Amino acid sequence: MKKLINEPEGVLNDALVGFAAANPDLVVNLEDRYISRGPTAGKVALVSGGGSGHEPLHGGFVGYGMLDAACPGEVFTSPVPDQMLAATKAVDGGAGVLHVVKNYTGDVLNFQMAAELAGDDGLQVESVLVNDDVAVENSTYTAGRRGTGGTVFVEKIAGAAAERGADLAATAAVAREVNDRSRSFGIALSANVIPATGKPGFELGDTEIELGVGIHGEPGRARGQVSTARELAGVALDAIHSDMPLSGDVLVMVNGLGGTPLIELYVVYAAVSEWLEGHGATITRNLVGNYITSLEMAGCSITVARMTPELTELWDAPVQTPALRWGR
Amino acid sequence: MDTSAFQAWVHEASLLITEHASRLTDLDAAIGDGDHGINLRRGFQAADEMIEKSESETDTPGAVLRTVGRALISKTGGASGPIYGTGFRQAGKALGDVTDVDAVLLGSALEAAFNGIQQLGAAHLGDKTLLDALGPAVTAYQVAVEDGGDIVAATRAAADAAERGLAETIPMLARKGRASYLGERTIGHEDPGAASTALIMRALATVAAGEAS
Repeated sequence: MKKLINEPEGVLNDALVGFAAANPDLVVNLEDRYISRGPTAGKVALVSGGGSGHEPLHGGFVGYGMLDAACPGEVFTSPVPDQMLAATKAVDGGAGVLHVVKNYTGDVLNFQMAAELAGDDGLQVESVLVNDDVAVENSTYTAGRRGTGGTVFVEKIAGAAAERGADLAATAAVAREVNDRSRSFGIALSANVIPATGKPGFELGDTEIELGVGIHGEPGRARGQVSTARELAGVALDAIHSDMPLSGDVLVMVNGLGGTPLIELYVVYAAVSEWLEGHGATITRNLVGNYITSLEMAGCSITVARMTPELTELWDAPVQTPALRWGR
Repeated sequence: MDTSAFQAWVHEASLLITEHASRLTDLDAAIGDGDHGINLRRGFQAADEMIEKSESETDTPGAVLRTVGRALISKTGGASGPIYGTGFRQAGKALGDVTDVDAVLLGSALEAAFNGIQQLGAAHLGDKTLLDALGPAVTAYQVAVEDGGDIVAATRAAADAAERGLAETIPMLARKGRASYLGERTIGHEDPGAASTALIMRALATVAAGEAS
């Protein structure tokens, strides 16, 4: 294992210390393990969290117009209810707190417990589940569709709604609408290595790729062979399109999984644009870069959201976070 | 079993899990995300420490188990934290404030743990989860008690049944948690959660028999 770390068991703490030093305008609570801003009085607060190793998600999205707090767990391990409760209390501005939860068993159970504890303490908490990964076809016999790239859209757009004064129910409704309108599909070219184990999370042959991979390296629909970016973008978009027909205005993210250079992401984006244009959809907004990663996994995920003018306006609203900033 | 026996159970479970951490992690790497041993070791070591530190508050068997449950929820992370934490908390609640737990009451506590975990995770027997070790263990325990067995015999029967249950997870197809995404590729592997449950039940039998290290 070659990694720029000190000790494997100290990775998260060391990264948080670095994050704090790089972002003096944010609060990094090393004791309770959360990153926060505020609280902002009278505003609905958004709290998210999950295992680490997906940076900039979620800590990089704390700031004006997006999240109020993020709870990082150990690498690929859900955070614990105590962290979530501490973060929820720290950012509650009196208008309630929305938990944005990616659909993984650990995240769901821990956030559920945190919400119950917060409720016992008299806080108003709502939860929104993100499950945008179309690669999971058999939801009856699995833990269900995973939360992936759509999380970035949910956090940005619901964050903007909260900033504009939407109440808790309205903020949750926007978040659910964005999730319902978002679909993702990921492709892995190589495996990731969890620092604590030092071994690849899964095996891929020299010319093999995983079609429909999850953000921890969970398998998708099939093993495939390396192919052109154009063809692979087609595989991803076909999968998305057959689940949610794509037309009209769309927001698109071509997201690197951590080990793929930006130049390749632009090659993919060109193929995605061409495909969507050919199918009568119009990309009105886009993101190309590393937003929800999987350590050093090579590959990308493609997320498409069908937009309404209202959602586009919220997407355009000012945001000022370490990883996403415009208009302010 | 008195309070100190329950404290000894937690300590023994922590030792066994620490000893088997890399095996649990390897099992999890095969069909999950490869951190079960690491997480559970962190959780049980924290639980063991918390019990040592808060001796005045953990003065009944039920209080010991409830404290273990809280520690596991607070320190483990992942799905195992809430799942094992809930199991221990429900078992602790079932024990109430009794200071010396007899065989029948321990059976109710094990059953309460099973029910609490079943309800939280909504898993069924055969889904390739820890319930496939815990379920047979609870049944074997209760059968042993009905047949007139004492706590030593019943916990041994439970530990044996948990280990058999673990072996029976090998041909199963995972339908819960991160392993479920592997579908048929999970066939042929032991379930890591069933493996850790077998260790925890073995620790209970060892302590009940007075053979703890």
